[in-house]
Amino acid sequence: MRWSRRHVLDTDDWSTEEIEAVLDTTGAMIEVLSRPVRRAPPLRGRTVVLFFAEASTRTRVSFELAARTLSADVVNISASGSSVEKGESLFDTVRTLQALGGDIVVMRHSSSGAPYFVSERTDAAVINAGDGWHAHPTQGLLDAYTLRGALGDLAKKRIVIVGDVVHSRVARSDINTLVPLGATITLSGPPTLMPSAWRCGQAPAGTTYEVDLDRALEGADAVIALRLQKERQEGGLLPSLREYTRVWGLNEARVARMRPGAPVMHPGPMNEGVEIDASVAHGARSLVERQVTNGVAVRMALLYLLVGTPTLEAS
Amino acid sequence: MERRELESRGYLVTPGFIDLHAHLREPGFEDSETIASGARAALRGGFTTICAMPNTEPAIDSPGLVTEVMTRGTAAAAARVLPIATITRGRAGRELADLIELSAAGAVAFSDDGSPVDDAQLFRHALEYGRTKDLLIIEHAQDLAMSGKGVMHEGVVSARLGLPGIPSAAEETAITRDIAIAEMTGARLHLTHVSTRGAIASIRDAKARGIRVTCDVTPHHLAMTDDWVAGVREFAWEREGRGREASLARNGPAPAHEVERRPASQSQLSLEKPPALATPYDSSTKVNPPLRGLSDVRALWEGLADGTVDAIATDHAPHASVRKDVEFDQAAFGISGLDTALSLLLAGTAAGWADRDTVIRALTTGPAGILGIPVRDDDWVAIDLDVEWTATAEALASVGKNTPLMGRKLRGRVVYAVVGGEARYEGGLRGATPVGSR
Repeated sequence: MRWSRRHVLDTDDWSTEEIEAVLDTTGAMIEVLSRPVRRAPPLRGRTVVLFFAEASTRTRVSFELAARTLSADVVNISASGSSVEKGESLFDTVRTLQALGGDIVVMRHSSSGAPYFVSERTDAAVINAGDGWHAHPTQGLLDAYTLRGALGDLAKKRIVIVGDVVHSRVARSDINTLVPLGATITLSGPPTLMPSAWRCGQAPAGTTYEVDLDRALEGADAVIALRLQKERQEGGLLPSLREYTRVWGLNEARVARMRPGAPVMHPGPMNEGVEIDASVAHGARSLVERQVTNGVAVRMALLYLLVGTPTLEAS
Repeated sequence: MERRELESRGYLVTPGFIDLHAHLREPGFEDSETIASGARAALRGGFTTICAMPNTEPAIDSPGLVTEVMTRGTAAAAARVLPIATITRGRAGRELADLIELSAAGAVAFSDDGSPVDDAQLFRHALEYGRTKDLLIIEHAQDLAMSGKGVMHEGVVSARLGLPGIPSAAEETAITRDIAIAEMTGARLHLTHVSTRGAIASIRDAKARGIRVTCDVTPHHLAMTDDWVAGVREFAWEREGRGREASLARNGPAPAHEVERRPASQSQLSLEKPPALATPYDSSTKVNPPLRGLSDVRALWEGLADGTVDAIATDHAPHASVRKDVEFDQAAFGISGLDTALSLLLAGTAAGWADRDTVIRALTTGPAGILGIPVRDDDWVAIDLDVEWTATAEALASVGKNTPLMGRKLRGRVVYAVVGGEARYEGGLRGATPVGSR
């Protein structure tokens, strides 16, 4: 298919073909990353602006590596120490981005929807690297790629997502990416951390809510644990982290309820001992490191599809 | 020009509308609106009288400030401006303002709008004390702890957009509290910008029990739903028939436990999304109370039809672009509504959601009765029901251009407005046409 999207803001309106196109391109990028000299020219002369208005090391480094591998110039605008922290408005930052003339703006922001605001006000292509609770499209795509690598075709596969769904952009993007590929999703976690509408008969297509994690995991094909922010306890959403771990934490006994060898994933950074046991996080089922590697390739694929020249030949 | 002449030209001539709830921002926020610009915008929407909310800087909590608002209103020579004063000093919710002195100075009502009076005991005292002169207390009913950091209606749309929600219950619990306090004090209480189905039901019940409670709803809550935040731009009456919400609106909401047991096939229906026509997260759709679901909108119209809803008030909330051209969760709450109120309501009546007389009553005798003022013969407007116009920055008289209707084609407009027998607005009058030719 012909790629026609200008921005990557959310995958919720993507066709299955579009998702497949990114996953196919990701495969080609994995090949580039396996070369002795990890460098390809399609973004030569292009500038990628990494605008991270919310602290993040992993995603930023992943995008930076992706952009550099494709020979792009990379400019960083980060939150700490920058004018963003001094109260500069997003509109002002956008004007600056526009004046800098980057080809792609990769942005992370604590406000849901901020990438839409930016995309409306700049000529650059915008890639959402995580906005508030809303979306983290590259995480959804890399999770899909990783799951496919482990499970093959995702049709009729049942994936459990456990944890703080209401505050999770990862959960939303995983749902938007995995369901069109044929997977069904079982959401699990405390009712206080689930969107109320999703608990009351209005869950997104392809998803169901099962409060009991043991039941949710029974016969599942994979599980994705979400990061639990420690401040949820202070917000009155949870009695204690200890109780959370006891009821919804992933441990050896629980993951054994899944199909034999069913993988365990986590978007990172992990709170080991809270939402996931160290033995599970680093055990044989864990795909956490694979997710990180695949993340670079997925981001390369998107950068390439958005502005790359159509050749991957080494120069 | 005479009423009869305008009528003979095919215009609808009605008594001037009375708005119980407008934010004119002066003093303090003149970059968003002034008393003069707001009073001019009012005439465009058919309002010849508007009540100015006191959440200005400083808040209208002293007789001198009340007088000043009236003076500036008179000087504007547009719609009449009636001042509302605060319930509590500085709108801080800690001690009562001098209600009787403020009333003597000209305050027609009292409200801490923008916030509720969170302290139930203080609110009780306001109502009890107000009985001295049967003062009108207008309450913005909201449980602040429950609405929390919410920025839109809590429901399936907020879940999808990843925005913190303001549940219907945040309004409904507050309204239940307020009704209980009105009942115990015997005072009259006006609940403004009521937005949920449950709130309407509580008010209907309270009225049936003889409690002295009245309420208003806004044009935007009568027309728009929460999916406008997601970029949908269909009015409620254009939406009906899509998805499960519609059947909910007709059959009433199922209790939560029942919904949870609903078969999957039925819950799938609700996922049918109307097309997004605008960019999502447009802060012009951010308003408090938030745009609600279709069943709520239906309930507001039902309340209007059966008299539960006494008035339509704009909650006109203009904002300078610096407070709106920001991230959705950072943006100020509010929709600039005076200019467009009439067109929205006419669209709803054209779709058959209420008859025009009901709507006009809710804009004239309804609010007049609450304020205890007459519907004056020398305040009237002429309306061209057929003319189409586009809501553009230039077309709006309000300084606040923050409306999700921006760029939209609307039908029906005031062409002539008379206040105190004096023509104060004229725009778009057609040349004389013989009677009956249209």
